[in-house]
Amino acid sequence: MQESKLITDAVLLRSRADYDRREAIIRAVLLLFSIVSIFTTLGIIAVLLQETILFFQEVSIIEFFTDTVWTPLFASKRFGVLPLVNGTLLVAAGAMFIALPLGLLAAIYLSEYASDRARKVLKPLLEILAGVPTVVYGYFALTFVTPILQSIWPETQTFNGLSASIVMGFMILPLVASLSEDAMSAVPQSLRQAAYALGATRLEVTLRTVVPAALSGISAAFILAVSRAIGETMIVAIAAGQQPKLTLNPLQSIETMTAYIVQVSLGDTPQQSIAYKTIFAVGMLLFVMTLIMNLISHWLTRRYREVYE
Amino acid sequence: MTKTVRSLLFVFVAASLLLAACGSSATPTPEKVTVVETKVVEVEKVITPTAGPVEGTILVDGSSTVAPITAAVAEEFQAEFPEVRVPVGISGTGGGFKKFCAGETDISDASRPIKESEAELCKQNGIEYVELPVAFDGLAVLVNPANDFASCLTVEELKKIWSPEAEGVITNWNQVREGFPDQPLALYGAGTDSGTYDYFTQAIVGKEGSSRGDFLPSEDDNVLVQGIAGDVNALGFFGLAYYEENKDKLKLVAIDNGDGNCVLPSVETVANGTYQPLSRPLFIYVNRARIDQKDEISAFVKFYLENAKTLSAQVGYVPLTDEIYALAQTRYDKRITGSIFKGLGSTVGVSLSDLLAKEK
Amino acid sequence: MNGFFADEDGRFAPRLSLRLRYGRIFQALSLAAVTLGLLLLSILLIDIILDGYKWLRPEFFTEFPSRFPEKSGLRSALQGSLWMISLTAVMAFPIGVGAAIYLEEYAPDNWLTRFIEINISNLAGVPSIIYGLLGLGLFVRGLELGRSVLAGSMTMALLVLPILIVSGREAIRAVPQSVRQASLALGATKWQTIQNHVLPYAMPGILTGTILAISRAIGETAPLITIGALTYIRFDLKGPMDLFTVLPIQIFNWVSLPKAEFQELAAAGIIVLLAVLLSLNALAIVLRNKLQIRW
Repeated sequence: MQESKLITDAVLLRSRADYDRREAIIRAVLLLFSIVSIFTTLGIIAVLLQETILFFQEVSIIEFFTDTVWTPLFASKRFGVLPLVNGTLLVAAGAMFIALPLGLLAAIYLSEYASDRARKVLKPLLEILAGVPTVVYGYFALTFVTPILQSIWPETQTFNGLSASIVMGFMILPLVASLSEDAMSAVPQSLRQAAYALGATRLEVTLRTVVPAALSGISAAFILAVSRAIGETMIVAIAAGQQPKLTLNPLQSIETMTAYIVQVSLGDTPQQSIAYKTIFAVGMLLFVMTLIMNLISHWLTRRYREVYE
Repeated sequence: MTKTVRSLLFVFVAASLLLAACGSSATPTPEKVTVVETKVVEVEKVITPTAGPVEGTILVDGSSTVAPITAAVAEEFQAEFPEVRVPVGISGTGGGFKKFCAGETDISDASRPIKESEAELCKQNGIEYVELPVAFDGLAVLVNPANDFASCLTVEELKKIWSPEAEGVITNWNQVREGFPDQPLALYGAGTDSGTYDYFTQAIVGKEGSSRGDFLPSEDDNVLVQGIAGDVNALGFFGLAYYEENKDKLKLVAIDNGDGNCVLPSVETVANGTYQPLSRPLFIYVNRARIDQKDEISAFVKFYLENAKTLSAQVGYVPLTDEIYALAQTRYDKRITGSIFKGLGSTVGVSLSDLLAKEK
Repeated sequence: MNGFFADEDGRFAPRLSLRLRYGRIFQALSLAAVTLGLLLLSILLIDIILDGYKWLRPEFFTEFPSRFPEKSGLRSALQGSLWMISLTAVMAFPIGVGAAIYLEEYAPDNWLTRFIEINISNLAGVPSIIYGLLGLGLFVRGLELGRSVLAGSMTMALLVLPILIVSGREAIRAVPQSVRQASLALGATKWQTIQNHVLPYAMPGILTGTILAISRAIGETAPLITIGALTYIRFDLKGPMDLFTVLPIQIFNWVSLPKAEFQELAAAGIIVLLAVLLSLNALAIVLRNKLQIRW
């Protein structure tokens, strides 16, 4: 097919210039597609920034970042965002405890140990975990996981960070597993064979050769996972609670930044009030937090990426 | 077919889909409307089933509390007038008003009267509205069935329990009243962003949004049901509809509004106003200009006010009296705009019939 | 010599049985990880199926939502979800794959490229409801598309774009340079190389990303409510510009209603949603398996 096309081109005397022009157009179009992401970010910043500025005209930034109580919906309002940040990080950390190791292990199994047929079945099954709607996970956490936690630790509250963390971890697991598995599948067999030839066992081949080779893809998966955990909304809105608190105890009810945003934007607060403006300030903070995190991980990845051939 | 041609075809198909989409609007997108001169419309102009086809779309959005009532009315209305489409959304009372005051919806469901800032926004955009009450929502106070001592609580006692000063201080039932047992107090309530919470705090504590912070809040009343049913020390509040569906798991507390009478909430006591202060009116707000542009709105509102009595009861709310429905219909027919609550937000203890009658 | 491989006298000792034992333990652990995930999935599914299966009858698919549980159905929600996911896929796939191709094949290693890359990973972490606010301002009001399923799909497309781009990039990056070099050596242009060699090799990975992206979009509730997706619709969806609702919103709404039957209806709705998801996934998986090339 390719040869006949080349011959046809030669017969039609299509010149290099024609190709170059076409290449340039294609490249421009693809660049445009990439810039969509920049426009999205600009859009998000535009949406958030205006109201955030209005918010900070009424509430001091110092109070926002240093006060430890968050009660914008109560009659006596206090705007210390730390409890919300605490909630987000606590739940996300818990979720990563599950998603990262289990996801990577699952990926290793699928890539290195499972037979082809097993892989064809297991990988899609795991991906279903990613497809369960987050509201379902939220209610599952509330009605199934929490009672189990309460039977183990009776002081667990009806809404708590731990059941949200656990469920979120399993939701993110397929993200880590699938992407890591793709990365590991792409490592050429020659590398594995070389390691075997040197006398390594399967475990050693996996951990010392394949995983380091696939590190770029695996770390991309990890970063995506952490971002997902921080930005997840419905699971925490339903299962983690609506009581912003500064605590390291995952058995208590807390509120995350995302749950707060959902609560207010779908609630009955008038949209001109200061309480409504808080969601933009919180949204902006979330955006900046994930940005900083991404900058750091981006820098780390670039230093350690390995290229073959 | 080469791969290039295939991908071009794909793009072409996608593009033509998009173009076709932009071409044929199945929904007229509502534009911002400027104020039309209001004129009193004779009652005979209201569309009746015999007077020609009633068709169009009426877009309703707003409170998720009122939505079940509006949806029930819409269901029956669309059965009788299949050419009219009445979709209902649940963006919340605040979100609903924002869209309504931008002219994006025809009717806004609200579990509280319009607030001053929202009325201001409507005024800025030239949107006038007709405010109509449609039902009562009773707020029930509940305890666990094992609780045999708290059968009647006074508003004062509730205030003691729920006021901001009580946070961390009132933690035991025996602090509520002499003679109550030594049991920890576990509190459950509506989410702090809901109209239910606003109304409860206004009615009990005296100031909207003012309460202690250490109670278990939830936007989903079913969760509160589960919580109270499973906790012998529990005390909570939520809409009466949720009690009606879970009578065997909960115990209702009668409320003494300071006159010595313990009144249990029920359809009767909420409707006749003896259950106070915890019954609140629910509203719909109708875009004044659209009434002239869309005949189907008048048909819908008439249908609503005629049938709200039965339909609101079916979905767990309490109907208003016939008198109030009639007053509301008159208010609509006369196209009286503005809020009878003058932007005060939740107002407790108002008599709707008095306020509406004043306008005659 | 590595201490692990040396015996007391310092001679080379392969310790093969010990290493193999570690290997077996590790294998068991990794299998346990997979099993744990699948176990949770089964518990979840069984829980839901038990709650909702008795509502799965033909009326469930042909009826609109109603205040009577026996008369309620998913008709409008199902239509909305199918329309929404199709439009989202149609829009997000070309842009996502195109961006991935650009970033991997064409982009020079300069600040603009790094800026775009950081941008994309950042966007993956933005909570979905912020996308809702963006969509409301940009598509519903800005482009005046109103509360249409098209506006909703465009918003969802923006939401899932980062997943598509990141996984697409990884897939394209994994194609060995030797393939590209061989193609160029035969006189093909860069685009011909990509189109005829890189993309086919990378397609399985791209499809993985597509599956994950679709899974995300089909389960979203909050951003669509913010856009203006409705909840009680009793008419059929007629086109991309029409008003709509989606399955998760319907489910979410039913769960919060007082009657116990609505909880069961919600469970039945979840079963249907998962079934739709499974079929979409199955389609992509079939394609992926057909195209997968193992080195």
